[in-house]
Amino acid sequence: MCQNQVAAKNHLKPIAYQVEQIIRQTAQEYIFRITCSEEVKPGQFYEISLPKVGEAPISVSSITANYLEFTIRKVGKLTNYTFQLKAGDTIFMRGPYGNNFPLEKFKGGNLIVLAGGTGFCAVNSLLEYYYQNYNQLKSLYFLTGFRNQASILYQNRLAAYQAKFTQTIYCLDEEVKAGFKQGFVTDYLKELPLNKLQDYYLVIVGPQPMMDAALKECKQLNLALEKIWFSLERRMSCGIGKCGHCKIGDKYVCVDGPVFNYSAIKNLID
Amino acid sequence: MAFSLNYQKIDDILAKLSSDYDIYAPVRLVGEGKFSATDRIQYDKITRAEQIVYNEKSDFSPREIISPITQTLFYFTENEFIENLPESRSIIIFARPCDINAFKRLDKIFLENGDFADSYYKSRRDKVHFALLDCKGGWESCFCVSMGTNKTSDYSLAVNFNSKTVEIEVNDSSFNKYFNDIKQCSYQYNFVKKNKIEVELPEIRPEQIEKISDLQIWQEYGQRCKSCGSCTAVCPSCSCFTTRDISYKENKKAGERRRVWASCLHPDFTEMAGGHSYRETAAARIRFRTLHKIYDYKKRFDTVNMCVGCGRCTDTCTQLISFATLLNRLSQEIKKLSVLEEGVEYVSKSSSS
Repeated sequence: MCQNQVAAKNHLKPIAYQVEQIIRQTAQEYIFRITCSEEVKPGQFYEISLPKVGEAPISVSSITANYLEFTIRKVGKLTNYTFQLKAGDTIFMRGPYGNNFPLEKFKGGNLIVLAGGTGFCAVNSLLEYYYQNYNQLKSLYFLTGFRNQASILYQNRLAAYQAKFTQTIYCLDEEVKAGFKQGFVTDYLKELPLNKLQDYYLVIVGPQPMMDAALKECKQLNLALEKIWFSLERRMSCGIGKCGHCKIGDKYVCVDGPVFNYSAIKNLID
Repeated sequence: MAFSLNYQKIDDILAKLSSDYDIYAPVRLVGEGKFSATDRIQYDKITRAEQIVYNEKSDFSPREIISPITQTLFYFTENEFIENLPESRSIIIFARPCDINAFKRLDKIFLENGDFADSYYKSRRDKVHFALLDCKGGWESCFCVSMGTNKTSDYSLAVNFNSKTVEIEVNDSSFNKYFNDIKQCSYQYNFVKKNKIEVELPEIRPEQIEKISDLQIWQEYGQRCKSCGSCTAVCPSCSCFTTRDISYKENKKAGERRRVWASCLHPDFTEMAGGHSYRETAAARIRFRTLHKIYDYKKRFDTVNMCVGCGRCTDTCTQLISFATLLNRLSQEIKKLSVLEEGVEYVSKSSSS
């Protein structure tokens, strides 16, 4: 029971932070850098809260000692309003919420990270963590895909990851560009030296159709499904296990996730 | 201790109680029923015994007393959120065992699920005392006995209304002071032992869920269901809500952040920014609600089922979907699945030997 420990604090109350910088990534996606020194783990999210507009769960795309970054795509009511913000403005947030990628579990292992589209935003904090703590892994394979040239995110980080990680595969669904393969990112999983890696962990994050396709591919390649982690995205109002919007089966994505091992969700039907 | 009182005396006691408590009970709203010339029975504050509708089932549950349909969480300006925690006096709710048990279900979600208790729910819930309303066996759609919710020990008072007198059992000594000089009697609350209908709950194994979600029964109910969400609105154990901001007409920069009841039967319940949603058919949504009520909740909290068998969802459904019938049919379908699985296992075992 947690009634005692919370008596005073109202966890739904948004807290004011300052927008430090806004960095344009694509026409639709901007990075919002927020001054914040809270301890956040890769995989967690905040409820971004704008008076008059509402709240939406957004994953933390970059974690540093002095600021957090959120890479936001302009797709809904809240995100459209977010794009009107300027550096120096106030932004309200609550968090961090949810679990995180199991860094302890991954320690000393071979890690494969497969991200589709904005799924990159949810795994970037994990990639940055290993960029700085590369000795914690035996190897790191990073595969990511975008629709076209105009939707490529984190151009500079893509180059840095390519230089540092064991292998990177970048692709575009619809266009041809040097340095990028053509087609869906899920099609390139089989190009990894999977049979040479005795032990590996796989992180898959992206839009639902991409994650479905990735799981299908993993099954075809006979990969150990219990070594796959997904980060799920669902509608949420509260982020703290009350509103019910993100419930799937007996799990709540906000408090049990957003990071789930395949074995925890394989018997859940949406 | 139990007491027998006439209506004059009970009103005196209600008057005394009213100075210490807000008292809620089912009342009659004449002409406000779902159909023309029908009444609606709904919870409201009362001060006199004659206001209490003790011999009919309320159309709405007492949940709205603690978790209102619409609740303002914050008042905001562009730069500030000001809390609007409900300041409430102590509360007495006249309710039957099913509804008191339903509050235990709501407690799990609002107080325990996740890492934090919900301040808004907790601030009122902590002040609740129950007055157990006598239940003479329930109504046509009730199945509390099947759900094990026909009994409770969580009550301060138990009350039996007769035409001329009211019998009250005092189960909480802090209430003794209201009953000085009242004639004692031997009244003891009788819990319902049998309903008109019985529900057989399905036994579900986690690995069966995919097959269960493919059952034809969901398509059949999905064709009838209009996704109106009435079943979730009258349910005493449903807890879902959506947060909405509204700004004032006079000053658009200021407004309120409100919490409004939500329904998993509504097509937009899972809709995310960009338009993607899950459970796009009524069939999928009925399956989701049903399994939450009789499987998911129990599995998550390793406890009882969420459904308390009050039957209000059946009473309110414009498509005449009986939840009890649905559950009984589902049990039969799941039994067939299990027989099939065992049969397959039997065949494979015998062929390998």
